[in-house]
Amino acid sequence: MSDHYYAAPDLARFPEIGKEAPELAQAFFSWYGKVFEAGALTEREKALIALAVSHAVQCPYCIDAWTQGCLEKGSDAEEMTEAVHIAAAIRGGASLVHGVQMRNHIERLGM
Amino acid sequence: MGASLKILPTLHKRQDELASGAAQLRALARVPLGRSFEASLADSGLLPLRATGIDILQVNVGKKCNQTCRHCHVDAGPDRTEMMPDEVVDAFLDVLESTDIPTLDITGGAPELHKRFDEIVIRARALGRRVIDRCNLTITRLPNYSYLPEFLGEHQVEITASLPYFKEGQTDSQRGDGVFRQSIEALQHLNEVGYGHPETGLVLNLVTNPVGAFLPGDQASMEVRWRRELRLRFGIEFNNLFTITNLPISRFLEYLVESGNLEDYMTRLVNAYNPAAAANVMCRNTLSVGWDGTLYDCDFNQMLELPLHAEAPRTILEFDRALLEGREIALGPHCYGCTAGAGSSCGGAVT
Repeated sequence: MSDHYYAAPDLARFPEIGKEAPELAQAFFSWYGKVFEAGALTEREKALIALAVSHAVQCPYCIDAWTQGCLEKGSDAEEMTEAVHIAAAIRGGASLVHGVQMRNHIERLGM
Repeated sequence: MGASLKILPTLHKRQDELASGAAQLRALARVPLGRSFEASLADSGLLPLRATGIDILQVNVGKKCNQTCRHCHVDAGPDRTEMMPDEVVDAFLDVLESTDIPTLDITGGAPELHKRFDEIVIRARALGRRVIDRCNLTITRLPNYSYLPEFLGEHQVEITASLPYFKEGQTDSQRGDGVFRQSIEALQHLNEVGYGHPETGLVLNLVTNPVGAFLPGDQASMEVRWRRELRLRFGIEFNNLFTITNLPISRFLEYLVESGNLEDYMTRLVNAYNPAAAANVMCRNTLSVGWDGTLYDCDFNQMLELPLHAEAPRTILEFDRALLEGREIALGPHCYGCTAGAGSSCGGAVT
C-alpha cells in the first residue's frame, strides 16, 4: 500500500475493478467505448469534451488518458488549452452565479 | 527563397552510440515488452512472416538532406555523405528494366540531392513505371533545385511530401525552424504546376507523423480536417493524407530515450497491435535498396542494419526475384510500429 492516494500506474489497473463485479464492469467498459465512437460528433470532438470534463472533475487519471487521447485524435495544445478554459469557465461561472442565491439571502435577511 | 533552416548535428556527426543500428537494436531489446513481435504474429497465424511479391522497389539513394528532423529514422542531414554509387544506380535501373515491378519509390535523405536523380526519374518513367518522390518540400526552395516542381510535373512523378501539421509551431518543432513557411510556399508552387488537383493527374500526397510520443489519429477524418484547414489558411490542395507512425529508430529513438518515453511508447505500440494491420505490412510487397546496394525488407530495417533473411540475396547486384518474393521477413520489436492501430506504411494506414 503506497502512502499516497494517486499513482500513475494505477490507470492501467482500471480493469481490475471488474474482479468483484464483472458484469457491471463489462457493461461500463462496453458503454464507455461506445460513447467515444464517432457519431453525430467526431472522435476528435468527443475527446476534447472528455478532456474538458476531466479537468472539471479534476481526475488525474482522466487528464492523463484524455491528453494522450486528444493528441492521438489530431488535436493540438492550443485547442486542448481552449477546452480546459471551457471547463474552468463553467466551474468559475457555476460558483459566481450562486452569488445570486447569496443576494436572495441578503435581501431576505436585510432591512 | 531558400532562407536557411535551423540545422542540428546528426547522431552520426555527434558520434552518438545510437548512430549504429546494432546499438539501436540493443536499446530496443532492453525494453520489457509484454509479448515479442514474433509471438504476436504467431497468435495471428502470420509467423514466419513472408513476402508476397515485389510491387514496390524502394531505393534510398543517400542520407544527405537539407533538413535535420528530430524524428528522422534515417539520421539524415547536411553532414551525411553517403550517396548511392553509379554501379548501384545502374543495377536497380537494370532490375526495373528486366522486371515488371510497377512502382519505384525514391527516398533518402532528400533524394533530389543525388546527382543522378533526374536521370533515374526519366529512365523509370520511360519504362512506364509509377515513380514516387519522397520530397521534404523545402528542397524545392533552394536555388539549384527550384526546377523540381516543373520537372516532376512534366514527368508525372507522384510526390509524397512530409508536413506533420497545418500549423507552424508543431511543424517547426519536429522539422526545424523555418521549415513550415518554406513547406507552405513549396506546396503552393506545386499546386500552381497542377499538383494536388484531381483533374490534372499530378498526385500530391501529404504525410503526417505525430509530433511526439503518441500514435497518429484516424487517417480518413484527419484528411477531411487537413483539407479544410489547408484550403482555408493557405489555399492549398492535395490528394491524400497519409498518417505514419513514428518508429523507435535513430533520432526518434534518441528522443524517446532522452524524454523518458521509450518504455511507455513501446507499450502503447504493443497494446495497439492489430492483426489486420500485421497481415498488410508494407515489407510483404516492398524491396528496399540501401545507398550501398544492400537489400532490406524495409527502410526501417535498413537503418537498423538488419539484413534480409540468410537465404535471400544480399545486394541488388545479385537480384533474384524468385528468391526475394518468397523471402522470410527479418523482424524486431520496432515492427510493432507498423502494426499499431490502423497500421502504418509508406502509404499511410493499412486497414
